[in-house]
Amino acid sequence: MMRLPRFRYHAPRLLSEAAALLADLGPEAMPLAGGTDLLPNMKRRQQTPAHVVGLRGVEALSARSGDPARGLTLGAMTRLASLEQDGQVLAAWPALARAAGLVASPPLRNMATLGGNLCLDTRCTYYDQSEPWRASIGYCMKREGEVCWVAPGSERCWAVSSSDTAPVLCALGAEVTLTSKAGDRRIPAQALFADDGMQYLTRRPGEILSAIHLPPPRPGEKATYLKLRRRGSIDFPVLGVAARVKLGAGGAVEEAHLVLGAVGSRPQAAEEASKFLVGKRLGDAEVVAEASRLASQVAKPMQNTDFGLAWRKQAAREWVARALRELAG
Amino acid sequence: MGGSLVTLPAGARDKIRLAVTVNGEARDLLADPYKTLLEVLREDLGLTGTKHGCELGECGACAVLLDGELQLSCLVPAVECEGRQVTTVEGLKIGPELSPLQEAFADHGGSQCGYCTSGMLMAATWLLGRKPDPTRQEIQEALAGQLCRCTGYQQIYEAVESGARVLRGEKPLPPTLSTVVEGGGHG
Ligand SMILES: Cc1cc2nc3c(=O)[nH]c(=O)nc-3n(C[C@H](O)[C@H](O)[C@H](O)COP(=O)(O)OP(=O)(O)OC[C@H]3O[C@@H](n4cnc5c(N)ncnc54)[C@H](O)[C@@H]3O)c2cc1C
Ligand code: SF4
Ligand code: FES
Ligand code: FES
Repeated sequence: MMRLPRFRYHAPRLLSEAAALLADLGPEAMPLAGGTDLLPNMKRRQQTPAHVVGLRGVEALSARSGDPARGLTLGAMTRLASLEQDGQVLAAWPALARAAGLVASPPLRNMATLGGNLCLDTRCTYYDQSEPWRASIGYCMKREGEVCWVAPGSERCWAVSSSDTAPVLCALGAEVTLTSKAGDRRIPAQALFADDGMQYLTRRPGEILSAIHLPPPRPGEKATYLKLRRRGSIDFPVLGVAARVKLGAGGAVEEAHLVLGAVGSRPQAAEEASKFLVGKRLGDAEVVAEASRLASQVAKPMQNTDFGLAWRKQAAREWVARALRELAG
Repeated sequence: MGGSLVTLPAGARDKIRLAVTVNGEARDLLADPYKTLLEVLREDLGLTGTKHGCELGECGACAVLLDGELQLSCLVPAVECEGRQVTTVEGLKIGPELSPLQEAFADHGGSQCGYCTSGMLMAATWLLGRKPDPTRQEIQEALAGQLCRCTGYQQIYEAVESGARVLRGEKPLPPTLSTVVEGGGHG
């Protein structure tokens, strides 16, 4: 039986109280949202915060303002289950609703939050294991050990960003607000992520991810999200393809934003492919083939998730093509 | 810090006091502060109908309704249940009788070893509460977080369809045991 380790639970009601608690308690404290990532990690002793700051009582984190015409601001505690059914989100940002609806399983989506999905710990076959399992291999760099079992000569950890909504929010050009005792900081969603399996967020200790801002869709703009995983009922992505394009009046691409999930320690923007698409037509099979080839180059799968490496790399190319064909049609 | 801030006791042996409503009954108890709702239900309240499976959110055996929503009790800290309403499988029966859904599971072979059954029943109850006449696909999707290693799922889907009919005042479906050999389909 895996019990939670002992921790001290704090239940702030105000965002300012939550920020003050995190500031005062320091690195020994972690925020708890839906708990569907943090609690399994605590049971496996991957994360063992002495203090847990429960965010569920902080009403401000469930606030919502704006609309599709002006852009929508969602509190970080917005549940994925409500996001996948949200009329405004379905109408204006269907790719986000789809990504939210593809996370885990129905009971988990009733519990899981959007903020928690963005801050989800990076994943790896050698890390997402019980304490005795990890002890038997002498742990690894991400927690307690010295080496990386995926790339033994490596100086860094290659654990994988496995969030479904993160690549979509990056592709949509969304922004996030981080709130600390010192005030608010608003940054592009992409800037929340760092290319490191251990320090995977640029969130500073003491900061709470408080809100997610969705920009209003412009005329001619479309976006999609495709997810690859073993079991369609529950599994984490082994690949996520988020794509947003803006088509001009004549049908040519004016702007493209391709972001791949689960192929690196952060959502990977496929910048070369996105630039290549400008001025081209998505109906042209050669354009799609070349864009997919370019995009798949940012996929750096390592041997630390489900499925074989070579196949995952190949799949990235095929799935980018599928996403672009969907946007063309 | 504001007066509304609740900080629970920290001492290694300190218990937390918890007031929760379980199956309509107000309960007031002392529990270890590190326990999950699952552990409190089974160990402190003796309600062992809720099953202890993977403990990690992967199997659905521990599903309950928390404030009317399907949630996994293995991932809910008990300290977060103060003042909330919990419904477990023990709360489904109507007086001494099985609920129509429970009866349908029995009649259609929707339960074999039974380990997944409580979670399946809670997920199905949650579905039918929002959607009294679900399609087969809606049933499959609603039960997607519940693993069963025995039945092959077909009998479970059939049981939910039959139970739903009874709840709508229609006649139950006759059990079609031939589906036993077909199996699969819960990808
Ligand atoms: C069986 C299973 C399958 C899963 N499948 C998927 C999947 O397919 N796709 C997917 O994306 N995820 C999946 N998950 C992971 C998880 O359920 C989701 O990522 C979920 O959205 C996490 O949100 P949460 O609110 O539960 O986060 P929590 O567990 O509460 O928190 C996650 C992390 O974020 C931090 N955090 C939370 N909120 C904030 C905040 N507001 N500010 C700062 N830090 C914060 C926490 O400290 C913690 O480190 C799965 C989990 C399980 C158990
Ligand atoms: S990538 Fe390497 S260091 Fe990181 S979790 Fe996996 S084995 Fe550990
Ligand atoms: S025991 Fe809770 S999901 Fe498996
Ligand atoms: S009846 Fe045995 S696991 Fe479902």
